[in-house]
Amino acid sequence: MCLGIPGEVIELHPEQPDLAKVNVSGVRRMINIGLLSDDPPAPGEWVLIHVGFALSKIDEQEAAATMQFLEGTGQAYEDELAALKASVIE
Amino acid sequence: MSKSWIDEALAQSELGHEGLAAEGRRQLPLADREQQVLDRIDRARRRRPKVREERVTMSHGAGGKATHTLIEAVFLDAFRNPLLEPLEDAAQLAVGGARIALTTDSYVVSPLFFPGGDIGDLAVNGTVNDLAVSGARPLYLSAGFILEEGFPVADLQRVTQSMRAAAERAGVHVVTGDTKVVQKGKADGCYINTAGVGVLERDGNLGVAQAQPGDAIVVSGPIGDHGITIMLARGELDIEADICSDTAPLNGLVADLLDAVPGVRAMRDATRGGVATILNEIAKAADMGVLVSEDAIPVREEVRGASELLGIDPMYVACEGRLVAVVPGEDADRAVAALRAHPLGEQAAVIGHVRAEQPGIVQLKTAFGGTRIVDLLVGDPLPRIC
Amino acid sequence: MRFVDEFRDADKAHALAAKIAALCEPGRQYKLMEVCGGHTHTIYKHGLEDYLPESITLVHGPGCPVCVIPMGRVDDAIHLASQPDVIMTSFGDMMRVPGSGGSFFDANAEGTHIRMVYSPLDSLKIARQNPDKQVVFMAIGFETTAPSTAMTMIRARAEGIENFSVFCNHVTIVPAIKAILDSPDLRLDGFIGPGHVSTVIGCRPYEFIAKQYGKPVVVAGFEPLDILQSIYMLMLQLSQGRSEVENQYARVVPWNGNLVALKAIGETMELRPYFEWRGLGFISHSALKVHEKYAAMDAELLFQVPGVRVADPKACQCGEVLKGVLKPWECKVFGTACTPETPIGTCMVSPEGACAAYYNFGRMNRNRVAEAGVAGS
Repeated sequence: MCLGIPGEVIELHPEQPDLAKVNVSGVRRMINIGLLSDDPPAPGEWVLIHVGFALSKIDEQEAAATMQFLEGTGQAYEDELAALKASVIE
Repeated sequence: MSKSWIDEALAQSELGHEGLAAEGRRQLPLADREQQVLDRIDRARRRRPKVREERVTMSHGAGGKATHTLIEAVFLDAFRNPLLEPLEDAAQLAVGGARIALTTDSYVVSPLFFPGGDIGDLAVNGTVNDLAVSGARPLYLSAGFILEEGFPVADLQRVTQSMRAAAERAGVHVVTGDTKVVQKGKADGCYINTAGVGVLERDGNLGVAQAQPGDAIVVSGPIGDHGITIMLARGELDIEADICSDTAPLNGLVADLLDAVPGVRAMRDATRGGVATILNEIAKAADMGVLVSEDAIPVREEVRGASELLGIDPMYVACEGRLVAVVPGEDADRAVAALRAHPLGEQAAVIGHVRAEQPGIVQLKTAFGGTRIVDLLVGDPLPRIC
Repeated sequence: MRFVDEFRDADKAHALAAKIAALCEPGRQYKLMEVCGGHTHTIYKHGLEDYLPESITLVHGPGCPVCVIPMGRVDDAIHLASQPDVIMTSFGDMMRVPGSGGSFFDANAEGTHIRMVYSPLDSLKIARQNPDKQVVFMAIGFETTAPSTAMTMIRARAEGIENFSVFCNHVTIVPAIKAILDSPDLRLDGFIGPGHVSTVIGCRPYEFIAKQYGKPVVVAGFEPLDILQSIYMLMLQLSQGRSEVENQYARVVPWNGNLVALKAIGETMELRPYFEWRGLGFISHSALKVHEKYAAMDAELLFQVPGVRVADPKACQCGEVLKGVLKPWECKVFGTACTPETPIGTCMVSPEGACAAYYNFGRMNRNRVAEAGVAGS
């Protein structure tokens, strides 16, 4: 049900609009992008691959937003740690 | 499995039932009850293995739990003798004053030809490696061929040429052989069986049972190359990648290692079942715990990508030119240096240690910082969609 | 690997773990269910529970579409595979699932030839290459996988391939969640929502969980940081007394789902009135069958499938484990009669099942990273 891997679209199949070649860490596979026919991916875009089909496009902005939250958490953690340390020294 | 396998399983568990009655159990505090169940499982796991299936399945050939059970319950049971008991990669024999190592292997890979080599390369290198990791200098091989009716002679010549070249590279000779032909439909084209003889010239005894707390576990290079290559070469997965088999003779590498670190406790050839299986063999034979670090284990990017795509863990994927060595902790750096100085050991690394805690269990510290257990698989690692 | 490695950063994990621990009310116990088998896998693979405080327990839900297939359906599949001139194809996950007489591996040992495929398209390819055989695809999976089966069927029709059919065992996630919510002994505080199912159905279908049952839901990604962030978001909701559906996996999951995928499913499949789930019993409108417009590709119609119902063994307590009432080790047959080699019920069948995961991964004294992090900084 769940195994979906992000892959980068390298090229669209010249004759079959449903097919595209993706790159996952140097490994290349032809997948079916028919489920994204409303907004087909272009080379350079990333998709989520599941059993040979692209299920969804990976939204780079959302990914960045999530990373920002996670990084912000990291920074806030550092700040809190620093504050904690500072408050101990009386 | 027979139709009543569930009833059998339930009945058997009644027979093996130990401990307090249910009501008595419930009186114990939670943590103790959980520990009781865990202890019960551990005892069950250490019990004498029994083959439940009526027929051999592909799982029995994968190198995991099913294979081990089959070997112990059927072969070891029938042939039992002290020379067989250690179940190392080669048997160590004393013949007329000389110490020799004897090993045997069969090669049934499909497809026969794949990126990085063919069945002939595997046959020679695999046998040489079993002898080498046992501490022997490989000398002579036998080669028995089982050929399918209709197999192209040109392919047979190609395979034998590969074997000649591999033997030359490894410094061994094929001194005897056999040929059989079976009807079309059997033997997948060509099966090869080998036996290998080497001489044990060095002092000391190698064996995984000797692993001790503090020992370092070293791997000679990136794992999973061969198994993934074969999976992709079967052509059913439509995946292209620049991965090729790592098949290679390791006797030169082993000699360098033993020269630098005579105190090596054990070495194993990481073939089917992968590195994870060897770690479990070490833990079980030595009755020690093993802790390895995920980010210390070398894996090529493409192997990682293909494994993620398929949902397979590279730790269980076969290699054909990698060794796993157990060395005393203080010799770890020297061991890695010796391996890295050799072309086949360029990416050698310490991946973990042997310890006294949790004997028999292999744990992995994830790149993320948590820990998990790395158990033997029942059969082959299967691609998953979940 | 991009979009993977960044979400596996250990330092960020420590930070999140501290924040999660800070949100725990002293003296209160929290039980969060992750529905999805893939989430269970990530949790165990990366040792995520080490990052959580003692007061948070993760309960592993029924989101493993392989595990929930009842034995009778496995028997049916093996029966199909044994028909003359039939090539049965299946995902790897199914190969070891036992029916009443054994698994696909065992059946292969007895002479059938069930072939493993990675994609339903591979199955179609086999059909093209073997025009004199009937190729059957065993379709399993939740709504994540159903669109792929659907697109393959549509393609088969477009290409005029007549020797391809589907043995449909797709199940739908929402009825299972509802069955768990409706059980009287439920003790869950929130849900880590399915990730990839949601790329297809969107996030709206979970709104009833928040609105009617008052439990927060966070749709989560599959990397360890995704899950930790989702747990953080759940704890935040709980601490603020909110119950909403939130989307942590927004980089992949569109709120409204994938309409093309939903249309494809609608064209090729329809809901069964009821379906039996291993361990959970009969649930209405919880599974898909081939639509009558595609009857020519329905393996159940083309072949005589016995359809015998094989009841779960009485000893099996999967239902309670799935609902979070029992922990795996509390089941009477756990580790004795029921092991990964002889899995009796759904929870032990697949490596992501709660019991299999615990048996394989959980058997050790865990070092609580979260407490170590908070205490000793």
